[in-house]
Amino acid sequence: MDRENYAISMRGITKRFGEVVANDGICLDVRWGEILALLGENGSGKTTLMNMLSGIYQPDEGEIYEDGERIYIQSPRDAYANGIGMIHQHYKLVEVFTAAQNIILGLDDGKMDLRQTNARVKEICDRYGFDIDPTMKVYDMSVSQKQTVEIVKVLYRGAKILILDEPTAVLTPQETVKLFNVLRNMKADGKAIIIITHKLNEVMEVSDRVSVLRKGCYIGTVETAETSPQALTDMMVGHAVTLNIDRPKYDNPQRKFIVEHLTCVDAEGITRLDDVSFTANTGEILGIAGISGSGQKELLEAMTGLYPVKSGSIRFIDDAGEEVELVGKTPMQIRKTGVGMAFVPEDRLGMGLVGSMGMTGNMMLRSWKKGRGALLRKKDPEALANRILDELEVVTPSTDYPVRRLSGGNVQKVLVGREIAIQPAVLLTAYAVRGLDINTSYTIYRLLTEQKMKGVAVVYVGEDLDVLMELCDRILVLCGGAVSGIVDARKAGKDEIGLMMTSTSAKGEAR
Amino acid sequence: MSMIISLIVAAVTFGTVLMFGTLGEILTEKSGNLNLGVEGIMYMGGAFGLAGAFYYEKAAGAAASGPVAIILAILCAFAAGALASAIYSFLTISLRTNQNVTGLALSIFGTGVGQFVGEFMRLSEGGYVALGNNLKDAFSARIWPDALVNIPVVGNILFSHTVFFYLAVVLAVAMHFFLGRTRWGLYLRAVGESPSTADAAGISITRYKYLATIAGGGISAIGGMVYIMTTAGCVWNHEGLSGVGWLAVALVIFCMWRPLNAIWGSVIFGAMMIMYLRVSIPFIPTEIYKILPYVVTVIVLIITSMRNSRDKQPPASLGLNYFREER
Repeated sequence: MDRENYAISMRGITKRFGEVVANDGICLDVRWGEILALLGENGSGKTTLMNMLSGIYQPDEGEIYEDGERIYIQSPRDAYANGIGMIHQHYKLVEVFTAAQNIILGLDDGKMDLRQTNARVKEICDRYGFDIDPTMKVYDMSVSQKQTVEIVKVLYRGAKILILDEPTAVLTPQETVKLFNVLRNMKADGKAIIIITHKLNEVMEVSDRVSVLRKGCYIGTVETAETSPQALTDMMVGHAVTLNIDRPKYDNPQRKFIVEHLTCVDAEGITRLDDVSFTANTGEILGIAGISGSGQKELLEAMTGLYPVKSGSIRFIDDAGEEVELVGKTPMQIRKTGVGMAFVPEDRLGMGLVGSMGMTGNMMLRSWKKGRGALLRKKDPEALANRILDELEVVTPSTDYPVRRLSGGNVQKVLVGREIAIQPAVLLTAYAVRGLDINTSYTIYRLLTEQKMKGVAVVYVGEDLDVLMELCDRILVLCGGAVSGIVDARKAGKDEIGLMMTSTSAKGEAR
Repeated sequence: MSMIISLIVAAVTFGTVLMFGTLGEILTEKSGNLNLGVEGIMYMGGAFGLAGAFYYEKAAGAAASGPVAIILAILCAFAAGALASAIYSFLTISLRTNQNVTGLALSIFGTGVGQFVGEFMRLSEGGYVALGNNLKDAFSARIWPDALVNIPVVGNILFSHTVFFYLAVVLAVAMHFFLGRTRWGLYLRAVGESPSTADAAGISITRYKYLATIAGGGISAIGGMVYIMTTAGCVWNHEGLSGVGWLAVALVIFCMWRPLNAIWGSVIFGAMMIMYLRVSIPFIPTEIYKILPYVVTVIVLIITSMRNSRDKQPPASLGLNYFREER
């Protein structure tokens, strides 16, 4: 390794997918013994660019140099041969294989000897400070263990250049700290590390330099020590976006939705929700935090009548102050009792919208009961679709264009627009900004806050703690299906919430 | 007692046909390709296998030797099945057509080709195609010495079968070893489980899928040939073969994609298919017996899905095509 040369130098890389230019003449350099953060909004071309280093895609134009020498990467195999390893956002592991079997995939150095592999895996683990059992099946592993297997897999192949695609997206704060320590160890070992992320605090914490992409174009590279989150945000979005989310206070919050001792058990007998109690108030955004799979999905689905409830009570307080019991009712029965409940599910195109139908058709999913006889009445839904199109600035060729072909942000606007249009009393949202760019995310935050100020009880299940702490009024923290606490979002610290997300994990076996 | 023994022996004879069909399809499905064309492939194997042996005998005359005829029949059947699967592979792997549709089309196509070749031989040879008695005996000969066959009970059950049965067992054991213990087997399973993982690890998806599917089709086709040359008595018989390929597809599920299970699984299926000839209970129509294998397959599916074991599942990407640059 020559310290004079860049570990990797990408020059004028262009990649097109049909009409779309995903990367436009991008240049990127990373040195040996350095952590480079690759920063950009969703859809800015970060992953595409890195996929060209790891051999998944091939550039249409441009040159790649490693240690000063031009290299050609035509397949993942070429990438490994050049010492480049990528840890993908969606782990590339065979679930039914053991860790060791996954690690040796694709290697052809002589006889298959799993015992020898296990020994080498141990050696790598000791060197950088992780811990995995090579004989464990991947399907028995936690997310963080799977990530460890991915990193060991890359190191096992002797990678000198590591690329990590959003490695912290699914980790708890504590696991993130551990991962960053490992990265620092590897950096001290002289490896070149590229980490793709859009979390500014992590960029500031772990990286040496930052390269910023915006809409497929290269914006620039700065030394982390000489920049600030505000300056990076400006580079990332092009114009200054106030990081502060507006959080007005609603004058007179009333109890609207009461959940008491809610317990749900899934088909396999595993307790998904364990004695959950809380209230949601009018004029308030109640945040729900937790590691993914802690019962968020089950909680929302139980509230909407989709998930079977074993015991407990879910009550809605109507305008007259009467309490309506919702447990045991189907979604249609709940609707008939006059409970105005809107639901923005996590799986937008699976549960929220019909992908191959247009906006109008999707509007009808909420109003089909209103028609008379066998024929559809299209006028009202069409008007609603057009209103949403104008108000939320949905980019689509027409209201009949299949929503599946719209970008993620536009899909979410259609869904949220439809749910808000019924003027709900309760609005449940699951990961409402997942996969959206910053501008659309803020549009969603604004819409939710508007609803809150109209006196709607909003429930916001989120994953980004920073957003939860700025957007919500109170935050309920779930851990292993149980409530580990409800905190005031204006006062709580991030560490405190992070700890609560893992605190009861020793108590139950539930994921 | 002797009735049970003769039932087992007959079950093994028909089971051998199924075992080849199933082993081939297991290999194919391990690569993530669901080839529903087994029915057609086995027809082609039957017709071309017979043709190979028949034209060899015609050319060699009285000097024709049994072992050569057997090897030729195996090779011809394998080649026919491999060719049919190569078409399937090209369509599904390179052109990424829907696997179910392509498999069904191959099923129809292969049945037609098999019928055509069989009938063409029959007509061009003056209405009757059959091997001479010498070769016929060679195909259905026992391969173990009489001393072994004559051991009471065990002798008949274990040692009275044709060479094809033992070949199939050896193949099953070899496949078990290949899939479980070798690097290439591990990679093939990775391709069928998670092609994007295998691809990112530098494994050539295309090569593994092509090789496994073509070899699998060839092996399945041998099953058709074995049927024609043993059960059908070296005469083209299209009726007996109909449905055998579908049975093999069901048997793959019954075996939970494990080659060793195919050994006893195919004998059980074989027994169920011939039971109506041996065990007759009044008032129960033979069709009831014939649906038994399918009923059992459904029951196995229900039981395994209830137990929900992560290890006893079909290859995770079975039936799906892989395209690296898909977004």
